[in-house]
Amino acid sequence: MLIGRIIGDVVATRKAPSHEGRKILVVQPLNLDGSDRGEAVLALDGVGAGVGERVLLTTEGFSAMTCVDRPNSPIDSAVIGIIDHVELVEGVR
Amino acid sequence: MIVGRVIGKVVATMKNASLEGQRLLIVQPVDRHGRDKGKAIVALDSVGAGAGETVYWCRGKEASFPFLPIEVPTEATIVGIVDTLNIPGAGSKK
Repeated sequence: MLIGRIIGDVVATRKAPSHEGRKILVVQPLNLDGSDRGEAVLALDGVGAGVGERVLLTTEGFSAMTCVDRPNSPIDSAVIGIIDHVELVEGVR
Repeated sequence: MIVGRVIGKVVATMKNASLEGQRLLIVQPVDRHGRDKGKAIVALDSVGAGAGETVYWCRGKEASFPFLPIEVPTEATIVGIVDTLNIPGAGSKK
């Protein structure tokens, strides 16, 4: 799983039926220092997250499908949590 | 899933039997501003996308699920046609 920030969303009328009824979020993965980590990806919303929020992103199919309750669907990424805060312990990195 | 643009197609007569009747499209990933980013790949189409359209595709084993119960050997499948990409600060992109 990755830490990411929601930077937008996508509207798509014509799409896989299993994507109906779920927001499609544009999520920018982040490094621990908050900088961008690679390119933004699309993820289905499993928790009701919105633009600007820092979230937990899964980029593995089974967990993504399970999280949005759509088994055997073409979903490879989902937002599975909204992050309150991240704690890094000094001296052990 | 990844956002990109359909820039062409691949025609292959000799192919895996499960790929018969499937459209092989060439897709170019784009960044949040709609600019080309990275290298194009070949993806199957499950939604009827065409050249020039902005689409998004799914990667991995999940890419074969739109075609169930047929198990199609694909690692990338277009699963949606993007109407609008709303990214505050980046400008809306068709």
